[in-house]
Amino acid sequence: MAMNYNAKDEVDGGPPCPPGGTAKTRRPDNTAFKQQRLPAWQPILTAGTVLPTFFIIGLIFIPIGIGIFVTSNNIREIEGNVFMYYGLSNFYQNHRRYVKSRDDGQLNGDPSALLNPSKECEPYRRNEDKPIAPCGAIANSMFNDTLELFQVGNASDLMPITLKKKGIAWWTDKNVKFRNPPGTDPLEERFKGTTKPVNWVKPVYMLDSDEDNNGFINEDFIVWMRTAALPTFRKLYRLIERKSDLHPTLPAGRYYLNITYNYPVHSFDGRKRMILSTISWMGGKNPFLGIAYITIGSISFLLGVVLLVINHKYRNSSNTADITI
Amino acid sequence: MLGISPGPTSMGSLTYQEDLDEEKNSEFTWEVQANNRAYNSQFKEKVFLCWQRKKYKKNVIHTAKYNVFSFLPLNLYEQFHRFSNLYFLLIILLQGIPEISTLPWFTLFAPFVCLLTIRAIRDLVDDIGRHRSDKIVNNRPCQILMGKSFLWRKWKNLHVGDLVCLHKDSIVPADLVLLASTEPSSLCYVETADIDGETNLKFRQAPVITHHELTSIRKIASFQGKVVCEEPNSRMHHFIGCLEWKGKKYPLDSGNILLRGCKVRNTDTCYGLVVYAGFDTKIMKNCGKIHLKRTKIDHLMNRLVVLIFVSMAVISAAMTFGFWHKVKEFNANHHYVSAMHMHSVAMEAFFIFWSFLILLSVLVPMAMFIIRVEFIYLGNSVFISWDEHMYYEPQDLPAKARSTSLNDLLGQVEYIFSDKTGTLTQNIMTFKKCCINGIVYGPEETPGKENPFLWNKFADGKLLFCNAQLLQAVWANQDWRVREFWRVLAICHTVMVQKNDQLVYQAASPDEEALVTAARNFGYVFLARTQDSITLMELGEECVYQVLAMMDFNSIRKRMSVLVRKPEGSIYLYTKGADTVIYERLQKKGETEWATEEALASFAKETLRTLCLACKEVDEEVYEEWRQRHQEASILLQNRAQALHQVYEEMEQSLELLGATAIEDKLQDGVLETIKCLKQGNIKVWVLTGDKQETAVNIGFACELLSENMIILEEKEIVRILEVYWESNNNLQGGKKKELPLQSKMALVINGEFLDQLLLSLRKEPRALVQNVNVDPLESWQEPGEERVDFLQARRLSLMWRTLGIQLRSSGLAPQQEDSKTLQSSEERRERAFMELASRCQAVICCRVTPKQKALIVALVKKYQNVVTLAIGDGANDINMIKTADIGVGVAGQEGMQAVQNSDYVLAQFCFLRRLLLVHGRWSYMRVCKFLRFFLYKTLASMMVQIWFAFYSGFTAQALYEGWFLALFNLVYSTLPVLYIGLFEQDVSAERSLELPELYITGQKEELFNYWVILQAIAHGTATSLVNFFMTLWVSQDSAGPVSLSDYQSFSVVVALSNLLSITMEVILITKYWTVLSVLAIFLSLFFYVIMTSLTQSMWLFKRFPKNFPFLYADLNVLSQPPIMLVVLLNVSLNTLPVLAFRVIYQALKKPQRKEEVEEVTSEEVITVEPVPCIHRESRARRSSYAFSHREGYADLITQGTILWRSPGVNSDMLVDHTMPPDEPSGSMKESLWYPRKMSFLGRKRHSHHGKVSSEDMQPPSEVSSFLTMDRRSAPHPQPLNKTWPSGSLQEKLPYSPQNLLPTEIPLSALDSQMTPVESQTLPSSQLSLQSQPAYLPQEKTSLWNIRKLSWKNWSYIWQKEPEPRREGILPVSSSNLSSVMETVPSAKGSSISEQPMEVEPSPVEREPSPMEWLPEPSGDQAAPDLAE
Repeated sequence: MAMNYNAKDEVDGGPPCPPGGTAKTRRPDNTAFKQQRLPAWQPILTAGTVLPTFFIIGLIFIPIGIGIFVTSNNIREIEGNVFMYYGLSNFYQNHRRYVKSRDDGQLNGDPSALLNPSKECEPYRRNEDKPIAPCGAIANSMFNDTLELFQVGNASDLMPITLKKKGIAWWTDKNVKFRNPPGTDPLEERFKGTTKPVNWVKPVYMLDSDEDNNGFINEDFIVWMRTAALPTFRKLYRLIERKSDLHPTLPAGRYYLNITYNYPVHSFDGRKRMILSTISWMGGKNPFLGIAYITIGSISFLLGVVLLVINHKYRNSSNTADITI
Repeated sequence: MLGISPGPTSMGSLTYQEDLDEEKNSEFTWEVQANNRAYNSQFKEKVFLCWQRKKYKKNVIHTAKYNVFSFLPLNLYEQFHRFSNLYFLLIILLQGIPEISTLPWFTLFAPFVCLLTIRAIRDLVDDIGRHRSDKIVNNRPCQILMGKSFLWRKWKNLHVGDLVCLHKDSIVPADLVLLASTEPSSLCYVETADIDGETNLKFRQAPVITHHELTSIRKIASFQGKVVCEEPNSRMHHFIGCLEWKGKKYPLDSGNILLRGCKVRNTDTCYGLVVYAGFDTKIMKNCGKIHLKRTKIDHLMNRLVVLIFVSMAVISAAMTFGFWHKVKEFNANHHYVSAMHMHSVAMEAFFIFWSFLILLSVLVPMAMFIIRVEFIYLGNSVFISWDEHMYYEPQDLPAKARSTSLNDLLGQVEYIFSDKTGTLTQNIMTFKKCCINGIVYGPEETPGKENPFLWNKFADGKLLFCNAQLLQAVWANQDWRVREFWRVLAICHTVMVQKNDQLVYQAASPDEEALVTAARNFGYVFLARTQDSITLMELGEECVYQVLAMMDFNSIRKRMSVLVRKPEGSIYLYTKGADTVIYERLQKKGETEWATEEALASFAKETLRTLCLACKEVDEEVYEEWRQRHQEASILLQNRAQALHQVYEEMEQSLELLGATAIEDKLQDGVLETIKCLKQGNIKVWVLTGDKQETAVNIGFACELLSENMIILEEKEIVRILEVYWESNNNLQGGKKKELPLQSKMALVINGEFLDQLLLSLRKEPRALVQNVNVDPLESWQEPGEERVDFLQARRLSLMWRTLGIQLRSSGLAPQQEDSKTLQSSEERRERAFMELASRCQAVICCRVTPKQKALIVALVKKYQNVVTLAIGDGANDINMIKTADIGVGVAGQEGMQAVQNSDYVLAQFCFLRRLLLVHGRWSYMRVCKFLRFFLYKTLASMMVQIWFAFYSGFTAQALYEGWFLALFNLVYSTLPVLYIGLFEQDVSAERSLELPELYITGQKEELFNYWVILQAIAHGTATSLVNFFMTLWVSQDSAGPVSLSDYQSFSVVVALSNLLSITMEVILITKYWTVLSVLAIFLSLFFYVIMTSLTQSMWLFKRFPKNFPFLYADLNVLSQPPIMLVVLLNVSLNTLPVLAFRVIYQALKKPQRKEEVEEVTSEEVITVEPVPCIHRESRARRSSYAFSHREGYADLITQGTILWRSPGVNSDMLVDHTMPPDEPSGSMKESLWYPRKMSFLGRKRHSHHGKVSSEDMQPPSEVSSFLTMDRRSAPHPQPLNKTWPSGSLQEKLPYSPQNLLPTEIPLSALDSQMTPVESQTLPSSQLSLQSQPAYLPQEKTSLWNIRKLSWKNWSYIWQKEPEPRREGILPVSSSNLSSVMETVPSAKGSSISEQPMEVEPSPVEREPSPMEWLPEPSGDQAAPDLAE
């Protein structure tokens, strides 16, 4: 007990209270959130705790990798549907100006965009005072070689192989993104007032005889319009459908490829290729993915072992929770 | 300027520099006519061209920035002032140019608009708050004179020139000139807690003329005076003006001014004239200067941003170079694009550079700035105010973060500068123990249930000290020592008493208060005081002691004595003082003395503040003889203080020890633990206080900053060490620097004067003052020993510095500009040396420092140590330091709100600092660092792919990502988890943070965010982006399938998703505090990805805006393919696994190392503890810490009677019209204002009853009747005026005599004095100036000194008497006061020390009055010719 004297007793000072709020206390709420005491789980990553993860990942990835690798290698046997690609190299479909040079509105069948294409299409927007349909550099540079595949028969006779033109584009592209101008008139009428791209031989409404594959919804056109990410790319050209379960789609033998050469690539040191491939559950032939998976699975396994060693060696010292970020 | 010398006031102790400015700047153009709004509103001020507005502002205050209309334009304008906003605006504008546009317009626009909106909303909310508080303030009620009576109006209705009536405890609404009050002499007591933080009451006094004339409401209503003064300025303690009334002019100074924000105390009613209103008031002029503080991380971030910009430019340039080559090829060979390049190659390259700049602008983590500042800092600040552990119940005060941009800095603090009073201590003095006659009486363990003081009707119920044994002894009344012990306490003090229904003591220091209250409870009740008597109630019996002399306390004397004549006639000297001082003067040293000394030692060990009490009986003859000499000394003109000191010294000899008291300067709760904890966290705590060295050291021990086994270095040792250090370094210039002796246990105790000499490069002041020390030979005058030592010390110090290569001027005021460089550097080197020493010390205590010095110390540490400093204080004297430090913490407590208003954080108690730093600070720092690191990583990881993609797209600046992904990625997809980290992450719990303060060191070392961490983040981000890009590329290259990822859109989707998931995995790995919220955050952000992607890739939007939403169903098509998901999984695991493994392994390997390190450090410490004999200070068994915290001069107030009542000799009130203001409470006013108070009558009655005293004995200790004030700043006085002053008039003032006190004599003396005031009013210079140190003058060349010379020339005229008791600042000088004055002036010829007090800026710190503010006083006419020679 001691004698207290507070010099400021008579000073009613203290902190200024909000007017009228004298009865209300300013004590903060004692809630878990406000006091930062939310129920929490605070895992500490140590060699011991993460160790299983590595083993598990290793155990999962290696089989996947092997699976992919094997599947990928088996693609060689041309069974099931065969996909026919054309490949171009050193072709910059991802050139910024090139990528932009299209009018999605026009391609979607917007009548106003059809006759008045976007400025992005310059300089392939208008030709001889008529709007170009489809406008833009992408459409203008459409791949227009024709590939025909023949099986060489026993008597050197050529048996044409049926190449399916449809089903090579994304469903959504064909049915949603690309639309012909609306109307019930024939296509030619609907494209009236427009002109063909400069480099094209035929106007857009004459790309195919099939009404369902003509105009903007021509699948070759749609595939071309889906620009490639890299300068070396391949694009799906045709489908060779399997006829029966018993025979391979393309049985072993000699084949004859007839190329109608329209598309110049020499100027930019480009290369044209034709690729035939089947597709498995994991896509086309691609050994890289399988190898990658196997590698990562192995590394993971290896790291697991390293962690095991470390965990064993430093177990005693890792009792104290270390504070690092 | 009207030639009025500004009255010297104790408040207005401005620095010379300010004085000079003052002389130059002050144009007296501010005219205010009382009661005349029309007149006052005619003043116009030019705003712009021909626009004018009223010059005098209303009392309305608008602190809000915006109104409804101005919000949008103003806010946008402000926002675009920020560099980053401007940058993004530029980028957005660039994007509008089709040639270079690489990103869709919305990609940058959307986040930018978000940024602006968030910011604007926050500003809006802030501003609404300001609008509200403005409204409250503006609507406060006050009484304004309207016509003939005072009516209640609101503050906002107040105009300049209005007359205001203020009552007790009301807040002053504007800056007023006090015109009259109900107190004697129209004194008005104000508490300036809200302005300067001092809670002790201050006096303001009305001008004499208004005091005399304005005696009723009627008269006040017809008051037509005009105040002419300077324009509004921000100098708080400064005001110069004059009152023109009835054709005459009367001076006004800050002693007449009531400032807005003050509180009227102990004054029933007062009347004032509004001079400055609203924003013109001093307090408003002083606020609003918010200076931006930035955190260390801010600086790092700024550099980082510059780095990013530079690297962006470099990368863009490199890409442009690539394009340069490619575009030629494109033009020549690639027919499908050649037509797209319509410009020349150079032009195309130029365009592409900007294109890349736009493309890479996403690398600038724009959202990082928004989120960090607007959310994380704000959130963490809110958490601080929500913390109930920092809520202080008694005051209903939670902690508050006023600044919301410094949180991370709280986790890096290395130096804390703490105020002492009110911050470390409660400023509550508790009478804890006493020792009487060698017997120690402590507080009883088990107090009785009954109040032991019931018998004493005067006992203060609140006080709890009780000791039955002591009470017995008191009652027994046997031992004369017990009796005298309490008498000393009851008599020897400067406490004032107010007697309402209860006794209320008002003391200058809480120590005294505690002592007097203790005496009161033990039956020795101090009842009343007149200027020459003290009335006690001794155990129920009333006695009146005649006060013969009061020998005031000061820091050199360290004691206070009162010479009284007891009721029975004997003369006694009662002394209390520091033990060392008292013991020197004891008559004998017997057993009691030894016992007391032991008691003192034990008290000191408990860190109690001790005082020794002693007394002695004085023979009549001895007294008579002493009185003569005392009187002689008190009229000396030169060296008076010293002479008086001598005289006192003679009297205070051969004392008889009575005992000792022990007062506890109570520490705040938890201070000990807090300091201990902070020290463990490697935080250095420096105590900066205006208090005396003894008390400061005492507190240092009390809060265990200092300990007995520490080597406490004081000035001398510091100088010696620095000298050695310096010399060795000087000799080895260029070579290896010698380290300071490393002491593990050292502490520094330094004082303000030492600092002044040290902090030279920091303070931009002419150094001539310091150098003069060397130049001037020591004068013949002798100063008291201790001071002399200090002086010699200072001299030696300067000599030392001279040897250190400072070129000193031979004499005079040589210009300082030349070779300032070398000077500067040597100063800096000296400061650095000191800092090196100080930083090695465990504790540093700076005492007797001014507010400015406090700030300088902080600046010193900031300058030489790259550390984060925190200043904590509660008073206005801490504001400088709070503003200077990186973080300012205001303790919202008893000393008002000024410190708080300038602080960044507000705490109710010092102990909350521990939680603020160790928990919130550490968390904030950790959160911000983690956030920044992750954000940097995130941005780089996701955006670097743009660069890699450029290599494959012919450097055409094609964006890889879809525009919408880019726009939303930072805003929505990846923000929530990182925001969670910034707001809620906890690496360790709060409890553990407090248990392990060592964890705090991480922040101090900046371990969590530095260049190394940034580099790591960059590397990690780059790695992630490389993996994501190239793995996808290799997989997609030449792949097949109807839905392959070889097309641009698919590729983009896969890379984007891989990035998003990799980043999310990283967040998952680094989050250490998993709550519902974190899970929610991660799920929400992924959910947003799904939602927003399906929205932006939906047919609905594509149909409407095909150009803006080109990625129609891209995600859907791509991700529905399992092999593509396998690719994503591959990318994510490749990004995550190695990093995870690396971290775990690194941690496991690092941990044991760390332990070793810690061990090493401790062992090293143990070894280096070695005593250094040369700097051991003399071991003191006892720390003397006498309990006197107030400044001297109070004895003079008492002996002058200013604060009691007017001395009868000068009382002219009797002739004053007695009409009462109709609405005034009549009775009290009558007594208090127009008559000497009731109490004084009482005293007089007693005088006559006990009137055995002879007239000679009644000689008061000082000659009140005539005195002079000396003002160092005084302007020349118009000679004619002075000449009109009849020299003989001095004789009109008679010394006090008992007859004067008799009622019958009053009219006579009143007549006497009545003449003088009238005449003195004709003199504008009623406070006259005197230059008492002529030798000082010739060296000075400034205008100031010219003025001084002038006044010196005139000084034969300037002797004049001052019949009116003056306001606080120019109090009449008593002998005891003078003695102290002289003692604080070590050199008559301008030594550095003598100049010190003047350079101090206006400071609320207790400090001795500036020597120049006091004026020696002559006793008669003879003095004048003497001086004139």
